[in-house]
Amino acid sequence: MPTKTERTKTPRRSSRKTAVEPETWNLRLYVAGQTSRSIAALENLERICQEHLAGKYSIEVIDLLKDPKLARGDQILAVPTLVRKLPEPVRKIIGDLSNQERVLVGLDLRPKQLEPS
Amino acid sequence: MPKKKAARSRALAALEKCPTGITGLDEITFGGLPRGRATLVTGSAGSGKTLLAMEFIVRGIRDFGEPGVFMAFEETAEELAANVASLGFDLDELIRRKQLAIDYVRLERSEIEETGEYSLDGLFIRLDSMIQEVGAKRVVIDTIEALFANLSDEGILRAELRRLFRWLKDKGVTAIITGEQGQNTLTRHGLEEYVSDCVIFLDHRVVDQIATRRLRVVKYRGSAHGTNEYPTMIDEHGLTVLPISSLGLDYPVSNERVSTGIDGLDTMLGGGYYRASSILVSGSAGTGKSSIATAFADRVCRDGQCCLYFAFEEAPAQIVRNMASIGYDLDKWVRKGLLRFHAVRSTLYGLEQHLGSAHKQVSDFQPAVVIVDPITNLTAIGDEREIKSMLTRIIDFLKGLGVTALFTSLTSGGHTAEQSEVGISSLMDTWLLLRNVEDAGERNRLLFILKSRGMAHSNQVREFLLTDGGIGLREVYVGPGAVLAGSARVAQEARDRSQVNGERQSAARRRRELEQEQALVTAQLEALRVKTASLTEELQALGSSEEARLDTAARQREEMTRLRGATPEQAHR
Repeated sequence: MPTKTERTKTPRRSSRKTAVEPETWNLRLYVAGQTSRSIAALENLERICQEHLAGKYSIEVIDLLKDPKLARGDQILAVPTLVRKLPEPVRKIIGDLSNQERVLVGLDLRPKQLEPS
Repeated sequence: MPKKKAARSRALAALEKCPTGITGLDEITFGGLPRGRATLVTGSAGSGKTLLAMEFIVRGIRDFGEPGVFMAFEETAEELAANVASLGFDLDELIRRKQLAIDYVRLERSEIEETGEYSLDGLFIRLDSMIQEVGAKRVVIDTIEALFANLSDEGILRAELRRLFRWLKDKGVTAIITGEQGQNTLTRHGLEEYVSDCVIFLDHRVVDQIATRRLRVVKYRGSAHGTNEYPTMIDEHGLTVLPISSLGLDYPVSNERVSTGIDGLDTMLGGGYYRASSILVSGSAGTGKSSIATAFADRVCRDGQCCLYFAFEEAPAQIVRNMASIGYDLDKWVRKGLLRFHAVRSTLYGLEQHLGSAHKQVSDFQPAVVIVDPITNLTAIGDEREIKSMLTRIIDFLKGLGVTALFTSLTSGGHTAEQSEVGISSLMDTWLLLRNVEDAGERNRLLFILKSRGMAHSNQVREFLLTDGGIGLREVYVGPGAVLAGSARVAQEARDRSQVNGERQSAARRRRELEQEQALVTAQLEALRVKTASLTEELQALGSSEEARLDTAARQREEMTRLRGATPEQAHR
């Protein structure tokens, strides 16, 4: 898990730096240990970000088993939980992010009313 | 099967209890909540679930040295701290001392999007980190049903809850889970399905504008428990459950007598009330019930013992003033700290609260005597059955402590007194009945002893007098065909006196007459005697003179004869 986290983190951060844009997406994924569900969530997230937010996002993965206290700060109950720290307002998406449509709605990347079409 | 049963009963015997420290609750659960298990506390909004849970944690820390964790879904830590500050609970201090951890879980449905599978590991991790932080033995989750309102996937939720309660058990913590009462279920989302070792139901109902709180242990797996609805109250000391203490009628009895403060009444009762007995003084308005109560209170204080006076009708100052008019200086005893008044309007709160405050006051003050004046005012806030059950509790409680209790009761209308009191009179050991008798334009007070268990007592009616110098009992006038009291008695007695006087006078007169007559007769007798004597004398005199005359005559005749014979001429001369 740690290795994966590091590997994922570094390129995203650099990508954010290079892409100097007014809108930066700061995403945080809370997981508890390296379960199949958390791996799936991270994979799903990365795929969606690549597709819709290429170059303007960063993902921080927090393992609550290592930093249990952090769960309080973002009011995490369920794992995995994806927290959109920026842009505001804060949004939370819980689950393994397998439903791409809902993730996009949750991230405000797609307006809810357009979902059916 | 039998084998299984045996194993089960062994496990039951080993069930360990975790005391809550909440007055009364530990009594009806015979020791507290099941240790190492979860207890469901459910009830409607405002029934005191959170308070019960918080008390469980705080008292656990303070009284039993067991650190606790409070996970709140509805209130923030600051709100919780402020809410219980009035109970004297300083949550911030407990948190500083690392004995308490509070976590406010905020769920905002609008912020949350659900997609795909998830678990509630975040919740577990937060709980676990708090438990480790303070070394918690007790955990409260208040109220986990908030999850159902904010997360839509019930299937996941239910599975996770099941896992949570299992996990709590494995952690070995004693937990309270609160839940909201549902329509026809104990909890809105069926939590009782998961937390089934012990379920406590809190009820908050309003009847006739009076709110009453009840607590019931719905189930307690593996333990005996009181099954009734127990009156509960919330006051400045927190939650109190009032168990009916009369689970057994095994209080000690005393043969010691305590003076009633009224000499005549002591005599009627053959020495006074029994210590730790219950006394009912009933009567219609203005018959002197409070005066009898006061006389007793005064007497108790005079003996240097404490008396607690529950006044539901008058303010203490008014009682003191009024009783000063019949010669009882209650103020003196108040200043000495022997007499304490607890005066509230009966409608101020429900019966339970009254009962609870009575418990508290008695426990605090440790009086020898408790006076409740009058119990009938309680009818404003409860029906006869409820009052009876409350009085049963009070009486049993007081008897258990060896406290003598005097209750006054206002009865309306003269002759139904005995009937209307039937409900509570059976609880009483001694029953004094005061009655107004209206006759000849005045009302007089009469006192009867209707019953007095276990002592010889007078069957006589006494007239009951309130004077400047206290209470006096007078024997009523019982004459031919009449029982009279008051001025009628006085008048009749005067009449009797004058009649007796008249009789006495006429007897004396008769006596004098007879004496006079006797004296007269004696005098007459004396006169006759004197007369007899003189007659005798006269007779004697007469006798002797006759003899002398006859003698003389004879001698004359002889002389004559002699003369004739000798010289007849001489005889003619």
